Amino acid sequence: MREKELEKLKDYKYGFTTDIESIKAPKGLNKEVIQFISNIKKEPKWMLEWRMKAFNRLKNLKEPDWQKPKYPKINYQDLYYYSAPKNFKDNPKNLDDLDPKLLETYNKLGIPLQEQKRLNNIAVDAVFDSVSVATTFKEKLTEKGIIFCSISEAIQKHPNLVKKYIGSVIPLTDHYFATLNSAVFTDGSFVYVPKNTRCPMELSTYFRINASNTGQFERTLIIADEGSYVSYLEGCTAPMRDENQLHAANVELIALDDAEIKYSTVQNWYPGDKDGKGGIYNFVTKRGACRGKNSKISWTQVETGSAITWKYPSCILQGDNSVGEFYSIAITNNYQKADTGTKMIHLGKNTKSKIISKGISAGKADNTYRGLVDINRNAYNARNYTQCDSLLIGNKCGAHTIPYIKNKNSSANIEHEATTSKINDEQLFYCNQRGLNQEEAVSLIVNGFCKEVLQQLPMEFAVEAQKLVGISLEGSVG
Amino acid sequence: MLKINKLSASIENKKILNGLSLDIKAGEIHAIMGPNGSGKSTLANVLSGKKGYEVSGNARYLDEDLFKLDIEERAQKGLFLAFQYPLEISGVNTSNFLKTSLNTIRKSNGKKELDALEFLKIVKKKAGELKIDEKILSRQLNVGFSGGEKKKNEILQMSLFEPKMIILDETDSGLDIDALKIVADGVNTLRSKNRSFLIITHYQRLLDYIKPDFVHVLMEGKIAKTGCSELALELEKAGYKTI
Repeated sequence: MREKELEKLKDYKYGFTTDIESIKAPKGLNKEVIQFISNIKKEPKWMLEWRMKAFNRLKNLKEPDWQKPKYPKINYQDLYYYSAPKNFKDNPKNLDDLDPKLLETYNKLGIPLQEQKRLNNIAVDAVFDSVSVATTFKEKLTEKGIIFCSISEAIQKHPNLVKKYIGSVIPLTDHYFATLNSAVFTDGSFVYVPKNTRCPMELSTYFRINASNTGQFERTLIIADEGSYVSYLEGCTAPMRDENQLHAANVELIALDDAEIKYSTVQNWYPGDKDGKGGIYNFVTKRGACRGKNSKISWTQVETGSAITWKYPSCILQGDNSVGEFYSIAITNNYQKADTGTKMIHLGKNTKSKIISKGISAGKADNTYRGLVDINRNAYNARNYTQCDSLLIGNKCGAHTIPYIKNKNSSANIEHEATTSKINDEQLFYCNQRGLNQEEAVSLIVNGFCKEVLQQLPMEFAVEAQKLVGISLEGSVG
Repeated sequence: MLKINKLSASIENKKILNGLSLDIKAGEIHAIMGPNGSGKSTLANVLSGKKGYEVSGNARYLDEDLFKLDIEERAQKGLFLAFQYPLEISGVNTSNFLKTSLNTIRKSNGKKELDALEFLKIVKKKAGELKIDEKILSRQLNVGFSGGEKKKNEILQMSLFEPKMIILDETDSGLDIDALKIVADGVNTLRSKNRSFLIITHYQRLLDYIKPDFVHVLMEGKIAKTGCSELALELEKAGYKTI
């Protein structure tokens, strides 16, 4: 048994669980549970009311079912909506207050939280199950007036900012999973960068699901005030469990005049085993509003984990001359499924968007790019460039490209390119003859295929992501 | 170096090689000529380990059973095949490909891997010696290369990896005279008493620049005749029918 576990761990090295006592809300989705979450977080009344409003709307909403990957019905009453490490104190003042087991967990994940050891110039916020456990580098950021903390802390300390912006990009009633998140979100990160400030370091959040039968519902809110710049990265892992676990996060970005937000994701949730058992359902709503003129939002995602990935990080280009970008690598192996892409909503004049999507499918996996380019009536001189490339490894996997284009302004300029290619045996033979084994060859070819997207990642993470690309395709040929 | 004994190979029940024997000693250059369909490329493929063939007979390479080694192990142990049709791999930078391969080969031989700067210095020097434009290094591997550029890239890899047993599979086909000289220079520069060549070719003209120790005529899957370099000239005049 032990050996079998170890064998499994070799495949997914983040698959361990941390034996840590946790406080959980009672199972199920109801008013009492929402009240519990709000109470334990000492939230103001308006926040609870907001949650309740979402909960009431949820009753009239149905889960969407138009996506390509189908999944068995989720029993929402059988989930825990709140789980937190027991020894966790409210707002730990410093890392010494943390349970050593938590620190150990993050060290194991390669995310040392001790500031002296942490990655060069990257501030980290770590979310363990339902709560944020540590935010590093606070003082240095505070000097510049940058707020980087857990959303729970922000609700208490910066209620006006939260109140003004939360739900302003993803409305309370947007769709089932987003509304569910609004009712029960537990934690996540909050960032505010003041006017004309360039955030001096990468901000990073690390999400970890530990407890079983627990859904993870984080909420992240990033506001870049006029003329500011911030680069933010999120990473995620979860233990290996036979059950499917739901992860339904909401991420809202707001860029005001001349501001720029760069948001990168390296998603490596547990993908399930080789036979498709277990794994995370990664149903996430990510949306950014380029609210000000000349603002820019750039999404970069490397999606290698999860049993099902279903997300469309989008940009609403309201401000004139604003720019939206979406760079994506989605890798599916074994029985993994992905239905991902973006929506670029052009509202302002001279707005520009760029979509580069690289889908890689191996084993019996299924990978869909689905995207919308929507040019509104008043979006004069809007431009969009879309490039969707699919790479197939083997002959039992699938790749699909579903681009939607809505154009209501004749001055728009829209380009779409798509390719599908396959790694063939001749190419592998050529690489083998040059001394590379199958896995090295596949990794080289795939990394070449997604180079344009990998280049968009912050330097410190590009190398990690490259390795991850290779690892997630291990065993896909041969 | 390489001793092939009664090698037969078939693909999809079609017999292509039929009891071929060949003994290549260190330092020798062997040329193999033969009509279309005589099994020349199959020989190159089987020796380098390409899958899909039913193989019988045996081959010893550096005192090891060649057929027990994987493709990449053969390559790491110094067996190099210059492809007749080098593969295009889009997105993969040529320089990165060469560096990854060279370092894998070096590592398997217990040598230190080269960092980017060390590698660039070496590869640029080699390209310069072979008069190959170093611009190919920054392009995607063989993508959009002319036929000549692809073959030059093979020769560059050959000289970079410094293999022990080199098989050239019709590397001269489709080359203009300048490119042909680059190929020949590559071979002649590497020629040494510790290194052997098996040159598969259709035409005698490559052998004007590379003087082989032996010329073999391959017909119906086995060696029909062996001679010295004059044999190639005879074949050029009289064709294969006289054999």
